[in-house]
Amino acid sequence: MSDLRELYQEVILDHYKRPRNFGALEEPCSTAQGYNPLCGDQVKVSLLSKDGTIEDVRFEGVGCAITTASASMMTEAVKGRPVNEAEALFESFHKVLIGEAELGDADLGKLEALTGVREYPVRIKCATLPWHALRAAIEGEEEQVTTE
Amino acid sequence: MTLESTAPSGAETSFSVEAVRAQFPALQQKVAGHPLAYLDSAASSQKPECVIERMADFYRHDYANVHRGVHELSQRATKLYEGARDTVKDFIGAAHREEVIFTRGTTESLNLVAQTLGRQRLGEGDKVLITEMEHHSNIVPWQQICAATGAQLEVAPIDDRGQLLLEEFERRLDRHTRIVAISHVSNALGTINPIGDLIQRARRCGAFIVVDGAQAVPHLAVDVRELDCDFYAFSSHKMYGPGSIGVLYGKQELLEDLPPWQGGGDMIRSVRFSGTEYAPLPYKFEAGTPNIVAAAGLAAAIEFLQELGLESVAAAEDRLLEYGEGLLSAIPEVRLIGTAECKAAVLSFIVEGVHPHDLGTILDQDGIAVRAGHHCAQPLMERFGVPATLRASLGVYNTTEELDRLAASLEKAVELFR
Repeated sequence: MSDLRELYQEVILDHYKRPRNFGALEEPCSTAQGYNPLCGDQVKVSLLSKDGTIEDVRFEGVGCAITTASASMMTEAVKGRPVNEAEALFESFHKVLIGEAELGDADLGKLEALTGVREYPVRIKCATLPWHALRAAIEGEEEQVTTE
Repeated sequence: MTLESTAPSGAETSFSVEAVRAQFPALQQKVAGHPLAYLDSAASSQKPECVIERMADFYRHDYANVHRGVHELSQRATKLYEGARDTVKDFIGAAHREEVIFTRGTTESLNLVAQTLGRQRLGEGDKVLITEMEHHSNIVPWQQICAATGAQLEVAPIDDRGQLLLEEFERRLDRHTRIVAISHVSNALGTINPIGDLIQRARRCGAFIVVDGAQAVPHLAVDVRELDCDFYAFSSHKMYGPGSIGVLYGKQELLEDLPPWQGGGDMIRSVRFSGTEYAPLPYKFEAGTPNIVAAAGLAAAIEFLQELGLESVAAAEDRLLEYGEGLLSAIPEVRLIGTAECKAAVLSFIVEGVHPHDLGTILDQDGIAVRAGHHCAQPLMERFGVPATLRASLGVYNTTEELDRLAASLEKAVELFR
């Protein structure tokens, strides 16, 4: 149970049950869909950026606790930040999850709560799915991105 | 064995589950500090020692290519490979050994039928009828051949319990229906279709009948002649045998009449640049070196099941299913998906407030192996309005204690997410 608590921390369950920035933006500058074929989870990210800054971002879709919480926390983490900072944050987050960087070497802020997923390799894709969708939205890719 | 299957309730189980478990090396391990509770046999079953040993022995002593050598080992290998064909023939009640074609599995068997029968018989205005509960492997090959031939794919719907609506099925059958392709047992719901009745109905409109038996063969005695199906497909790996081998049964006169599918070695009588003469059945459909050793492993798995007795297997699994359904129904957050009157040992469900993927992880931490996902039946998931379910599927080695652990772990998950 203690191990599971490490994965399913209160803050994650809270974002799962009460996702922030849930829904679609009325006038996004771009949207992108992320799909995890392994479990069928889908996350759609809509993005409003101006002069290289993410002014607003929302997500919708169905997903497990990890996907939903990660999407919710992602929107909070990147809103108001420059696009390149958001991309760098994903880079650091991803590296920590796949074991290429130590937690101490990266400034992940609140996203740290999600790093328990490192112990569950098949679930890492759940945590990164919303970020893949965000990156696709930033790059203006219209095709659905998948975790595969 | 009746057509609609399941042994009479209360039938005696003549085997001890503990003795059965002892024959499965993989079940003797711990996962996450708990004894492994393997509840994922519908995805693929574990293998008993007799199957593993039969194959290891084959490789150690008798291995060579089949059908072509005059040397001793090739003769032994051929004997073992062809002996496996006879074992399969008797197991499913086929009339002739030529009616048993070895394939890579159910998927390949169904593709073989779609690509040969479909190409030969389908055209504009023709229809192929399937059901809403099919596995992707009994949907996609038909979509492909329909697209290639101009035929239409029709889908017979199911009710909220996951049972085929017979009048809707009947309503879609007419003289344009050329092929009816149906699962014997649903992999995602466990529903046992009234296959004998469906075959008789389809027969009346003159359609060819293809049965996906992947989930039936490990649990019920199947007699293809009694069923009177034209084709019956199944895999070895779900019935305690090795992977990458399966069977396509077809009626001899139909198989004779079909064009070959893949071309190559073994499926020819003579090859000249001016033209090729094909080999007789069953070799016409077995191009290339087959999975020789796996065929012997499948024969060992069949003998294993026959020793237990399929009536006893069905009775034991029925009791487990009933026990499991009782436990899960007692958890208010659990909703069973698939509650057919006639069901094989599959418990498919969702838990309110906890996504199946999270449940899968939580159960895994308790050493319980289940499947979380769409079970290669996305249209069916859509029908029930869920993206995925959790599926506990049972086999000959499962126990009531394992189901107790499943229920306890689910309650823990509900608590964690409350």
